[in-house]
Amino acid sequence: MSDTVISVEGLSKRYLVGHQAARGERYETLRETVTRGVRRFGRTALDMARGRQIIQGDTVEEFWALKDLSFEIKRGEVVGVIGRNGAGKSTLLKILSRITEPTKGRVTIRGRVASLLEVGTGFHPELTGRENIYLNGAILGMTRAEIKAKFDEIVDFAEVEKFLDTPVKRYSSGMYVRLAFAVAAHLEPEILVVDEVLSVGDAEFQRKCLGKMKDVSAGQGRTVLFVSHNMPSVQQLCTSGLMLSHGTALYRGSIDGTIAQYMSSLDQTSRQELRSRKDREGDGRLRVVDVSFHDERGNHVEAAICGQPLRVRIHYESRYDGQEMPVDVAFNLRSNNGILLTCFANIQTGAERLAVHRKGYFECLWPKVNLRSGSYMSTLFVGVEEQTADWLQNAFQIPVEEGNFFGTGRLVTRDHGDLVMDQVWTGAPT
Amino acid sequence: MTIESHEIVLEAGRAERNYWRDLWRYRELFQVLAGRDVAVRYKQTVIGIVWAVMRPFLTMLIFTIIFSRIAKLPSDGDAPYALMVLAGLLPWTFFSTALGDASLSLVTNSNLISKVYFPRLIIPTATIVVSFVDLLISFVILVAMMVWYRFAPTVNILALPLFVIMAFLTSLGPGLWITALNVKYRDFRYIIPFMLQFGLYVSPVGFSSTAVPEQWRLLYSLNPMVGVIDGFRWCILGGNSHIYWPSLTSTAVITVFFLWLGIRQFRKMEKTFADLI
Repeated sequence: MSDTVISVEGLSKRYLVGHQAARGERYETLRETVTRGVRRFGRTALDMARGRQIIQGDTVEEFWALKDLSFEIKRGEVVGVIGRNGAGKSTLLKILSRITEPTKGRVTIRGRVASLLEVGTGFHPELTGRENIYLNGAILGMTRAEIKAKFDEIVDFAEVEKFLDTPVKRYSSGMYVRLAFAVAAHLEPEILVVDEVLSVGDAEFQRKCLGKMKDVSAGQGRTVLFVSHNMPSVQQLCTSGLMLSHGTALYRGSIDGTIAQYMSSLDQTSRQELRSRKDREGDGRLRVVDVSFHDERGNHVEAAICGQPLRVRIHYESRYDGQEMPVDVAFNLRSNNGILLTCFANIQTGAERLAVHRKGYFECLWPKVNLRSGSYMSTLFVGVEEQTADWLQNAFQIPVEEGNFFGTGRLVTRDHGDLVMDQVWTGAPT
Repeated sequence: MTIESHEIVLEAGRAERNYWRDLWRYRELFQVLAGRDVAVRYKQTVIGIVWAVMRPFLTMLIFTIIFSRIAKLPSDGDAPYALMVLAGLLPWTFFSTALGDASLSLVTNSNLISKVYFPRLIIPTATIVVSFVDLLISFVILVAMMVWYRFAPTVNILALPLFVIMAFLTSLGPGLWITALNVKYRDFRYIIPFMLQFGLYVSPVGFSSTAVPEQWRLLYSLNPMVGVIDGFRWCILGGNSHIYWPSLTSTAVITVFFLWLGIRQFRKMEKTFADLI
């Protein structure tokens, strides 16, 4: 059973993107506006006469979302497709699910493909839950008989029995998503293509979905392509991986290898980015060039672990030579949805004077990380002698992994908010 | 589930050989989408399905007053004027809602097009089915009016299904063509309502096509709705109305031409819908 079900050869996809020409002046004469309008009309009229696409903007640029991509997938593989935003993952899935056609190259697929690029595609707000199950099922490629056979299972999975005959526009968003996912989870094609859809719903439901996906892929040698930014679920689900970067395959192999590759690329780019970022404020007497994470003993780590100590080192270059002087080093933490969680700053703790070297680092020891697993964005500020020296918005991210926070041997997972608090519980009579 | 071991090759510009088989495989989706549109059409309205009857009825009333009472135009033979207007109004209302809705159908379903694959031909066709259901419902007024005027149909009525199919095809061809163009050039959204309004006056809806001077009749027949409307009248009004063969032939030719053009253009542009929409 190791025959190839998907083979991709030299796949390329081009999009045309229009740009507005930069306007030097804010105000322009009427004549300029008119001539530009006429020129633009002339071009679109010409395009239309030739039957070409109309592109808004003054100049047109080609953009290759995929470039000469080749790989093969064998029957029964569960492949995690990972890569940064804009790497071409979604375009690849769109081509595989026949929504759009490639510009060059070819794809050969053996078997029925069902794609799940969004939950609840085609759901109609005016229709009831029951009607929407049939509608959505049909859109995803299930036959009426198949849906009927699985109807009870779907309703059970979504936990919406009571509201089956209510229009879905009256559903809470959680119910809506659960119902939508439940239909999709009961698809049984030979090849399943899934885009980042598990990131919806509450954590409890996400786990249930992941479990369901695992059952789906484990049974009958079904092939799954799975796109996600959530590395733990990719690792849990997938047997192999494909990493995309700028439209080409950077790595194709074991899932662990792919994730490692992805992480190191993230690390490299963010590190390189920090040094070369131009969008910083400050007089530059001190420049942050890198941020690294270390465990209690100072060993370099890629991520913090919930419940463990973490050392955050902020590496800099400056024009000072080891003088001890008043500095203000601060970084904050924002959750995934942008909520400001907290701020770390040396001046809060009374350590207002620190030694500043030509090259060096400031270290913040966080004795016990009390964040749940996830990734937290941080903005960085360094002031020297009460003047802003360097200020970087969204300078780095702290990835946090699940950990044994309470020392119970059980991992604290992503449920119920971002923070974990130390706590003591007792019971007493009154 | 049956494991079909079929193979698909995706390549640029490759015409799919099994397109029509695919269309057949997705017939259930067609039913479901048409069913959805029908179910949703009159949701959250007070009088619901009565709207399907109200619109042609009120239009009939107004047209009868204007064209018969004020303009004093003759009816077909001895048929009551209102009945003659209704016999023309039914196919026209169907044609205009079908064409109007079908030409917007791809754009209104853009979320489906950018997220799932299926033969796109399903969407405009399913939309036309909704107008078709409206047509069937409005036959109720026709029956009621015939009872009111004690007007008995002749055997001609048996040919009505043929003309219903003709009306369906007449709206499908241009509908497919325009909806495909509308994905690329949204100008058609504004052109269509105007064209339909215009069409209402150049088609023999409020008056009999015999009112058109003989020397203009052939030119007039280039409007494909003339043949369809004349056909409806011939079926419903029996011997009072006569089939004008040149217009029927030209309708058939124009319908086939538009169907060919519509399907060809649609198929040609179909693959780029997701990128443009």
